[in-house]
Amino acid sequence: MAEAALRLEQAGYRRSALVEWLTTVDHKKIGILYYWTSIVYLLLAGFLALLMRIQLAQPDMNFLGPKTYNEVMTMHGTMMIFAVAMPLNAAFFNIAVPLMIGARDVAFPRLNAFSYWSFLFGSLLMWSSFLFGHAPDAGWFGYANLSSSRLYSAGPGLDFWDLGLQVLGISSIAGALNFFVTIVNMRAPGMSLMRMPVYVWMVLVTAVLILLAFPSLTVGLFMIMFDRYFDTNFFNPLHGGDPVIWQHLFWIFGHPEVYILVLPPMGIISEILPTFSRKPLFGAPFVIFAGIAIAFLSFFVWAHHMFTVGLGPVPNALFAASTMMIGIPTGVKVFNWLATMWGGSIDFKAPMKFASAAVWLLMMGGVTGVMHATVPLDYQQQDSYFIVAHFHYIIFGVIVMALLGATYYWFPKMYGRLLDERLGTVHFWLTFLAMNLTFFPMHFVGLDGMPRRYFTYSAETGWGTWNLVITIGAFILGLSQLVLLVNVVKTMRQPANAPADPWDGRTLEWTIPSPPPAYNFAVIPTVRGRDAYWIEKYGDGHHTVTDTTQRRHVSVNRDNPGHGLPAGVHLPKPSWWPMIVSAGLTAMAAGMIMHGTETLGPLGFPVVGIGAFVVFFGLLGWHFEPAIEHAEHEQAHVHH
Amino acid sequence: MSQAHAAASHPVEEHTTTGISHNRLMMWTFLASDCMFFGSLIWVYFAYRGRYFEPPYPRDLLDIPYTSVSAAVLLLSSFSIVMALTALERADMKGFRGWLLGTILLGALFLGGQYYEFTTFYHEGLTLTSNLFGTTFFVLTGFHGTHVFIGIVWLLVQWLLSYFGKLTPAHVERFFVTTLYWHFVDIVWIIIFMLVYLMPY
Amino acid sequence: MQGTSVRWRLAWIFPLGGLLFTSGCGVIGGKIASTSDPAGDQARHIWNLFVVPVWWLTVAVFLLVTVWMLLNIIRFRRKPGDTRIPPQVHGNTRLEIAWTLIPAIILALIAIPSTRLIFELNRDPGQESNALRVEVIGHQWWWEFRYPEYGIVTAGDLHVVVDRPVVLTITSQDVIHSFWPPRLAGKVDAIPGRHNTMVFTPEETGVFYGQCAELCGAQHAHMQFRVVVETQEDFDAWVAKHQRPVPQPAAGTLAAQGKELFEGSAGCAGCHSVDPRYDPTTTPINKTLMIGPNLAYFPERHTLAAFLPNTPENLHQWIANTEQVKPYSTMAEKWWKIRAQQNMLLTDDQVNAIVAYLESLR
Repeated sequence: MAEAALRLEQAGYRRSALVEWLTTVDHKKIGILYYWTSIVYLLLAGFLALLMRIQLAQPDMNFLGPKTYNEVMTMHGTMMIFAVAMPLNAAFFNIAVPLMIGARDVAFPRLNAFSYWSFLFGSLLMWSSFLFGHAPDAGWFGYANLSSSRLYSAGPGLDFWDLGLQVLGISSIAGALNFFVTIVNMRAPGMSLMRMPVYVWMVLVTAVLILLAFPSLTVGLFMIMFDRYFDTNFFNPLHGGDPVIWQHLFWIFGHPEVYILVLPPMGIISEILPTFSRKPLFGAPFVIFAGIAIAFLSFFVWAHHMFTVGLGPVPNALFAASTMMIGIPTGVKVFNWLATMWGGSIDFKAPMKFASAAVWLLMMGGVTGVMHATVPLDYQQQDSYFIVAHFHYIIFGVIVMALLGATYYWFPKMYGRLLDERLGTVHFWLTFLAMNLTFFPMHFVGLDGMPRRYFTYSAETGWGTWNLVITIGAFILGLSQLVLLVNVVKTMRQPANAPADPWDGRTLEWTIPSPPPAYNFAVIPTVRGRDAYWIEKYGDGHHTVTDTTQRRHVSVNRDNPGHGLPAGVHLPKPSWWPMIVSAGLTAMAAGMIMHGTETLGPLGFPVVGIGAFVVFFGLLGWHFEPAIEHAEHEQAHVHH
Repeated sequence: MSQAHAAASHPVEEHTTTGISHNRLMMWTFLASDCMFFGSLIWVYFAYRGRYFEPPYPRDLLDIPYTSVSAAVLLLSSFSIVMALTALERADMKGFRGWLLGTILLGALFLGGQYYEFTTFYHEGLTLTSNLFGTTFFVLTGFHGTHVFIGIVWLLVQWLLSYFGKLTPAHVERFFVTTLYWHFVDIVWIIIFMLVYLMPY
Repeated sequence: MQGTSVRWRLAWIFPLGGLLFTSGCGVIGGKIASTSDPAGDQARHIWNLFVVPVWWLTVAVFLLVTVWMLLNIIRFRRKPGDTRIPPQVHGNTRLEIAWTLIPAIILALIAIPSTRLIFELNRDPGQESNALRVEVIGHQWWWEFRYPEYGIVTAGDLHVVVDRPVVLTITSQDVIHSFWPPRLAGKVDAIPGRHNTMVFTPEETGVFYGQCAELCGAQHAHMQFRVVVETQEDFDAWVAKHQRPVPQPAAGTLAAQGKELFEGSAGCAGCHSVDPRYDPTTTPINKTLMIGPNLAYFPERHTLAAFLPNTPENLHQWIANTEQVKPYSTMAEKWWKIRAQQNMLLTDDQVNAIVAYLESLR
């Protein structure tokens, strides 16, 4: 077993470590790249939040100027959505999904690498705007015509935003195509759709949402680009243009985007709760259909971001109704999760702490969501700190908490080590308490009339006290995350000796070693039910395990090797082309940004041309390079 | 390179859950996404339809007989690409290259027609900035033209590959995926033609 | 023994949760922008809907989920050494249908009064009513108010009459803003090229705080206004005053010098008018009157530069150091900075003269 693994790994990886990481097409490595890039961005964008919190700690502070504040606020939001929450989700798509469906890799390994490099280069392009002193400053939602007219947003800041987002959008669409095909086409034998783990279901639904929602953003961003570069009239009211059109396009993307962010974490919760409760997910089909219902409804609710735009009472009432309907499947999920825990034998390990906290925090953020869906209440709450409180409960409380839980849960599959449990507990309690201390008082200042995106406020407003509390909470929250880093450093110094199945898991990733070998599964497993591994371990019956050594750790169907296995294991070959094509694409975006500046303007189009040239020849090289390496025939036998 | 050639000309049989190849499934999925792209563009066109504050107006410019011919040219290319595909399935490489070249030429003819139309409109005063008709018309049809252009480049690459013997009847699945894209671009043009040109103002 | 201590260790969650939960009730309100202290009918309707039924249903959902979660945590925590496999319950269709219906019912309980209120709130009382009609125009970063029925224009302070409905037509001259007087009404966006309507009836006299609620550029946070709610007599007097030209300063005074500067070398009159009257027939809402706010009867306003208390000292600061007081504003960019480059900044005496002139416009 070990020798075979070694031989297989040597076949594709006789390269230096750096080259190996730069050219990797292994979903597990790409997942780790995604993970650490997003964590670094989480800390950076979190640092921006702390800058804002210093500025708002007291009335009339002079820490950040108005323009800098807007830049920091815009980059905090844009980066947290597109460079933290989405790629952190993508990290776990990569780390877990192929393992959970019993696949050796994703459908298009090089496209997978392309998604990562486009994400990295696109986000670096956006971050670089700070170096040039012109960060975007029109908010993450970039409302036209503030964003679309150089009269109101001079300088290249919004160009960085517009073109950086285009690159990130291409990355997301490529990733969604890849995971859609992977999940639909690469499941282990026996894994019908209804036997798919709920997390995989949610990733599939998310992929569909990305594919259907992002084009609308792409079109909107093109319109802003045309307005800014070629003086078109899309959002110019003097020639009949209507800035509200941008709001429609943005929110037709933007609301599904919320579910793009939250459905995978809901899937993670649906995996962690059963594992640590030793019970199957209560009403799994209901939870799956609730996720699909949420995704479907999310395309019909966008105008709830626009209740104060003046669409009229009838559209407002209809969009309020469709928005409230999303509360129903969300409520179903919460109740099903609570029922999963009920009657279980719950082991509150770190992943479970984060996941069950996320359930409660989803309720906290959900009830305020119903409040803004109530149109008249939204007339007061829209664009106030009440909204900021609401979506931070969802984005931090559900998404980040679940993804932190996933970190503890799947860390053995990333590094073959278990994170320290005691530090995990400290990390959880600090994070949980600090996040409530930070975001709960935002409800108060919101109801007291404090609008979002204000760089300062006067003492007479009386918002100072709670803002100081929020700032203190934010600093504790920020510092608490260092506990995770300490935990990782401490854990990585220890030997990689995590068992294959440390949590008594239910799904296929726990059947293979931690970390998995390059080819994942020596033998592709056959699946007999939703909790594929649990059924193999314990059957469907209700009996007590007396001897835990009975558990099989390597392969579910060792008695049936060769089933569903092609002749020989094909490892995807490392490739430079994904990175080269991403670099060309980003060069095109950078050239466009240069074109909009005074000093580098003449260089702009030549750089766009060079980028297009690189993309074209990169794609040709990609096309000619063989995708798979014919490795030694896998002869590993499973020994105990 | 010879190794690359060997691997490329003998694609590994994929075992897929659905029986549909990864490439074909991805293309269908991508086209669903592209539908939303053109859907958004067409929606924007309609949101601004009639909000044209200055001339020239569509009825002064649009030449339906001329565009009907160029639409017919593009439709014809959908036929010729089907002929190319069946030739490839029959392993008739000469016929394949012939029909493929025909498709490329028809696509190029369509693009040439669009170029002529754009320059004519430009001389009659319609620009990207002249009014919202110019803005929405050029952006919508321009993005379609870009799709056609990408399709032509893709077909050209396949023609060259086949000429140098690197695209063989073993790659019929790969070529099939290209034809899906090409048909999609055609269908989109039919929709744009109906909504932008034929729908009365 | 072990189980008991685990339970006791968790017991502190109850007082903490209770504290967090109830803390909201005492801490909001009593501030100049509190939505919980309504002084107008729209804000009152909204707050009432917030309390009943929304808040109490929220409390119910909160208690249900929190208590259930705590029960799960306390009752089903795994004891050390426990290798028991609990009963493998896969679901219960009847229960699940029940808790699909529960949120549906809760939402319906909210949706019905909400929908009724949506249609009530923005209803235009009609031309035959005695509603006061005002045009509200957002600018980067100040608010202009035009009274087409009286042919007068002002900025910064919106004067309305207590217990008399007011119909605002809201738009913008540049980017999107949002008009929000929290104690009187919700917010309505001011969008260039669109005319939105806001209807409310002020129910108390007084001066009410208002602000911009849509990100509109660097000084978004400094785009306040005040709503002055007064009796019909006070309002009539205010209108009558604004239908007359401003008084002229006596010759030889400091204010007269200021007037000369204002209209001459200081360049103020290029952007600011001191005539409160305008012709609504030639200047509909989508046409600009002047680049800067109208300054007629300026000393009576509550704010200066859309955020500072209107005192002569602040006014002096604003004219002398515009760039420091409100950077990126049109006056800083297009007047102060250009004069600074040309070394033509006003002397202290000149600023004093202009302040004296503006203070004389009573």
